[in-house]
Amino acid sequence: MNILVCIKQVPDMESKFRIDASAAWFDTADLAWRMNEYDEYGVEQAVRLKEQVAGADITVLSIGPDKVKETMKKALAMGCDRGVHITDSDVSRRDPAEIAGIIAEYARDKNFDMIFTGMQSQDRGSGQVGVLLAEMLSCAAVTTIVDFSYREGRIEVKRELEGGIRASVALNIPALVTCQLGLNKPRYPTLPNIMKAKKKELLSLPVEDLRKLESRQQTARIYFPEKKGGGLVLEGDPARLADELIQILKQKTSILA
Amino acid sequence: MKLLLVAEYRNGQVLGSAHDLMGFAGETAAEHVMFVVGSESSLPLYDGTLYLAEASSCGEYNPAVHKQLLLGVIEKEKPDLVVFSHSSYGWDLAPRIAAALGCAQVSEVVAYDGGSLVVPVCNGKLRRTVEVKTTAAVVTLQAGAFGLGGPLSGTPKIVKVESDTDGQLEFLGYEQAEAGGVDLSKAEVIVSAGRGIGKPENIGLIADLARALGGEYGASRPVVDAEWAEHNRQVGTTGQTVAPKLYIACGISGAIQHLAGMKKSEFVVAINTDKDAPIGDVADVLVIADLTKFVPLLTEKIEKQ
Repeated sequence: MNILVCIKQVPDMESKFRIDASAAWFDTADLAWRMNEYDEYGVEQAVRLKEQVAGADITVLSIGPDKVKETMKKALAMGCDRGVHITDSDVSRRDPAEIAGIIAEYARDKNFDMIFTGMQSQDRGSGQVGVLLAEMLSCAAVTTIVDFSYREGRIEVKRELEGGIRASVALNIPALVTCQLGLNKPRYPTLPNIMKAKKKELLSLPVEDLRKLESRQQTARIYFPEKKGGGLVLEGDPARLADELIQILKQKTSILA
Repeated sequence: MKLLLVAEYRNGQVLGSAHDLMGFAGETAAEHVMFVVGSESSLPLYDGTLYLAEASSCGEYNPAVHKQLLLGVIEKEKPDLVVFSHSSYGWDLAPRIAAALGCAQVSEVVAYDGGSLVVPVCNGKLRRTVEVKTTAAVVTLQAGAFGLGGPLSGTPKIVKVESDTDGQLEFLGYEQAEAGGVDLSKAEVIVSAGRGIGKPENIGLIADLARALGGEYGASRPVVDAEWAEHNRQVGTTGQTVAPKLYIACGISGAIQHLAGMKKSEFVVAINTDKDAPIGDVADVLVIADLTKFVPLLTEKIEKQ
C-alpha cells in the first residue's frame, strides 16, 4: 500500500505575531515553528496503517523553505519512510488552490492508495487543501475524521459533526481523509527513531516544476483585530489579584453574595 | 450581485445556520436564491426561490450527490457568490464546488467590509482581507458572525431538483458521542481548563476552584483530546453549549469553537499568561497570571469567605 501524508509547518500559535513590511503577512522571523497540529494526527494514522498492512510505504510531503525539513524529520522519526520537500520560499503567499495544485501535480502518477491531510492549518485555517487535492486527483474524500479503520481495501471512518454527533461512512480506497484533532494519540519520536530518521531519503523538488495553477485569491492586508469588549485587565501579585477578583465577583455576580 | 445560499439539513431538520446566510445576504444587500437538500415538512422560513432536493431520496449527506445537485443550480442561476456556513457540511462541500467551478474559495468569513471579505488568521489573533481574482467565488461564513440578520420569515417558492448519481460513500449511521454524567448546561458556575493548565495533574486545581464556587468544572477541546478530562465536560461546538452565571476560563486561548459554546455566560473571567489571547475579547475580567499559582490562591481565599 502506497500512502501519502501532507504536512505543513506553522508558527506556534502562542507566538507574539508582528505584521511584516508588505502588510500582507506576518513577520516569519523570530517565531518558533512546529508541525501543524492536525497533521500530526494524519502522520500518526498513516503510521498505524503501515503497522497494520505489511509492505506499506509512507511518503511525507511538505512545501516551504528549507526550514520545513526540520518538521519533516519529526514525521520521518514518527515512522514515515521517505520525505518529499517541495522547496518554495513564497509558500505563505500561495492560496489553497495553488498548494493543492502543486501536490496534485506531484501525486498524479504515483498511485497513492491513501492520502492523509490535516482538516485545516492552524495559521490560515482555510480547510480546503485536502478536499481540493482529492477533487484534482478524482479521488474520494472524507473530511474531519475522528475515527479510522481499514480492512481489505475499504475504510470505515467517523466524521465529526456539530453538537457531539458523528456520522459513520465507508468507502473503498483510493481515498483521502482530512484529520481532526483527537483522531488518535500522536506518538513522540523515540531517540533511536530520531537517529534512524536522519538516514531516510529526503528529496527536494523545486516548486517551479510543479506549479501549474495560478492563484485564485490574494491577501490584500493582514492586521490585528480591534480589541472589543474592553474587559478589565488585572496584572500583578497573584495574592492581590485574587483579592481583587473576589471583590469584583461579589459586586458583579450573585455567586459569592 | 447574486448569492446562492446553501442551507443545511440533518436528520429531518433545517439547521439554524440559515440565520447566518440571511445575515450575510442582508449585509451585502444582494439578490439571492437558496438551495437545500431537505424535506417539505421542514422548510426554512425564506421569502424567495428555494431549490429543494428531497433528503428522502438523496439520503443523508453524500458529497457526490450534493455536489451534482448544487452544480445544476449554479449553472441555472449563475450566482456571483455561493455561500455556505463554515460547518462540517460547508467545509466538506464548499471546496468540491470551488474545484468544479475553478474559482476561489474564501473560508470562515467574519465580515463583509465594503466588498472585501475578512477572515481570521492564527486562531483569531490576526485578520486578513482577501481579494478574489475569479469572477465567481465560494465563501463559508463563520458561525454567528452574521447571525443578527433578524428573524427569518416568508414562505419559499419551491423548485424541486433531483440527482442521478450515488457517489462512492456508504452512509452507515449517526452516533451521539457518549452522553450523560455531567450536565454543564445546568451549572451556575463553570470553571474550565484549557491547554494552558500544562499537565493533567493540574485538572485538580480547576476542579477544586469549581467545588469552592459550588459549580462544575469543564474543559476545552485540546484537554479532552489529550484525555485529561472526559468528553462530557467539553465546552464548545462539538461539546456542550453553556450559559452559567459565572464562567472562569483557565488557560484557554479562546478558539472560535470554544467561544461559541460559552459566550452566553453572564460573567466571564479569563486567567491567562497571554494578554493577546482571543478569550480576552469575551472576558469581563482578564487576569494575567500563571494559573498554577493563581488558581490555588483564589480557591483558598474563596473557601475562607
